[in-house]
Amino acid sequence: MTATLEVVRCGPMVSVQDGGRPGWSRYGIPASGPVDRLAHAVANTLVDRPADAAALEVSDGGLVVVADRAVTLAGASVAIEIDGVELGWSVGVVTVAAGARVSVRPDSGARWGYLAAAGGIAAPSWLGSAATHLVSGLGGGVLGAGDVLPVDGAVLRSELDGGVAEVELSVGGPVRVVLGPQDRHFGDEVVARLRSSPFEVTAQADRMGMRLDGPSLAPADALAIPSEPVVRGSIQVAGDGVPTVLLADHQPTGGYPKIATVISCDLDGLARRRPGAALRFDAVGPDEAVTAARAEAARRRRLLRALASPDRTIGQRLFRRNLIGGADPEV
Amino acid sequence: MTVGRVRPVGDAAVLVEVEGVDPDDVWRRVRALDRAFVDAEGVVEVCPGLVNLLVHFDPLVTDHAEIAETLRSVDLSRAPSVTPRDHVVDVTYGGSAGPDLGAVARAAGLDVDDVVRRHVAASYRVMMYGFAPGYAYLGGVPTELQLPRKETAVRDVPAGSVIIANDQCLVTTLTMPTGWWVIGRSSTPILTPHDNRPARFDVGDRVRFRAVMP
Repeated sequence: MTATLEVVRCGPMVSVQDGGRPGWSRYGIPASGPVDRLAHAVANTLVDRPADAAALEVSDGGLVVVADRAVTLAGASVAIEIDGVELGWSVGVVTVAAGARVSVRPDSGARWGYLAAAGGIAAPSWLGSAATHLVSGLGGGVLGAGDVLPVDGAVLRSELDGGVAEVELSVGGPVRVVLGPQDRHFGDEVVARLRSSPFEVTAQADRMGMRLDGPSLAPADALAIPSEPVVRGSIQVAGDGVPTVLLADHQPTGGYPKIATVISCDLDGLARRRPGAALRFDAVGPDEAVTAARAEAARRRRLLRALASPDRTIGQRLFRRNLIGGADPEV
Repeated sequence: MTVGRVRPVGDAAVLVEVEGVDPDDVWRRVRALDRAFVDAEGVVEVCPGLVNLLVHFDPLVTDHAEIAETLRSVDLSRAPSVTPRDHVVDVTYGGSAGPDLGAVARAAGLDVDDVVRRHVAASYRVMMYGFAPGYAYLGGVPTELQLPRKETAVRDVPAGSVIIANDQCLVTTLTMPTGWWVIGRSSTPILTPHDNRPARFDVGDRVRFRAVMP
């Protein structure tokens, strides 16, 4: 059964995102995909979709959709109102009636929210992926009022309805970085400043990157490096000393020196923070970074597996298995 | 050989520096390393630059030290050779398609037709992609046409614009601001799948321009 979601109202920076299209950076094409990969995966998993399936990424401007028939939707890091009534959870599932007005925005602690649909949102694909590169609009697409999104194979899963309080998507704690690849150009004093000073998230944050407020990180030597490939997580420092952390739609190359690189498993938590949020960096060695990546991958696998169990309501499963956000016996 | 420092980039990549005095030689070795290395265990993606190469790996499978070890064992002389392809890109020069052609001519002390002739006569190499999808940096702008970027960027330069700055030329794929000099516009699509490539050129390919009437 195909249902449709009609976009009634839509702010900027609302797009279709699947797990991304890695592998094309040599052609100038970033992987794109969700800025907050964990929240995106959680939303999909709650309605038994693959973690990297297409879902909607919603920024502060918000999104209002109306379905032409009843559908089951899942959200993560969202505040949802159905016909003006707030649901009161930020992670969970809701089945809405045909014609209901579904208003979605990131929850008060998050910069990006995600909406998935049981059955799956169908969207155009480019290079095998529905992830949207926002500036070009290539991929699944940037949403605007009047768009109609098909939900292929829409199924009602009202037995899953309800909030999932146990999923902890909030942030805290230092953001781990590996120094380099150009830390040597900055000088010891500037690197020490990165490691010891508080920084603050600014409002200048989009899918390409987030600028941070804090002490100047201007390199000790003005230097010109040839433009070189960069990664999601690179902390590049422009001539004004302001650091920018590159995110999902980052330019594939850059000529600014990079003082450090945020490790991939701490990027979701960083990108989730709202303007004004404080943060600190914690420098770790490459081996420690790999260990952290492996531990976090295992934690996420368990979390998503617990959320995906098909035979119980979410509340029941979480209560029984106590796997979410709690002690982790395997690491 | 061959590779210089291997620097960690976060938890899932290393930047491999290729050392040398002659930039052309360095760039050739970057591309040889790119070809030699692409199938190594745990490697997810390799992206060549001008003087270095970024190797993305899966940290669940391998780590920085293993990748560095593999790099040290790469024999560049056994890198598969590829024959660069030749491309011709049609350009409408000047007028509304190339509003900066006159300014480039004045700066070069040439007349407009001479600028076009020289731009068309030159042969370009695809040095690397950057900035945005399909933005192929083409090296080879003749010395007499080389200008630094403008002081300020111009907004809304249309997709397909042929722009130059310093020794580089590129054909834009998106309508975006640019501080480069807009000398023409091309109807040759760059960002179109060709032979399982998302873009028309591969790094190392040769490009020539051909003047067409508007």
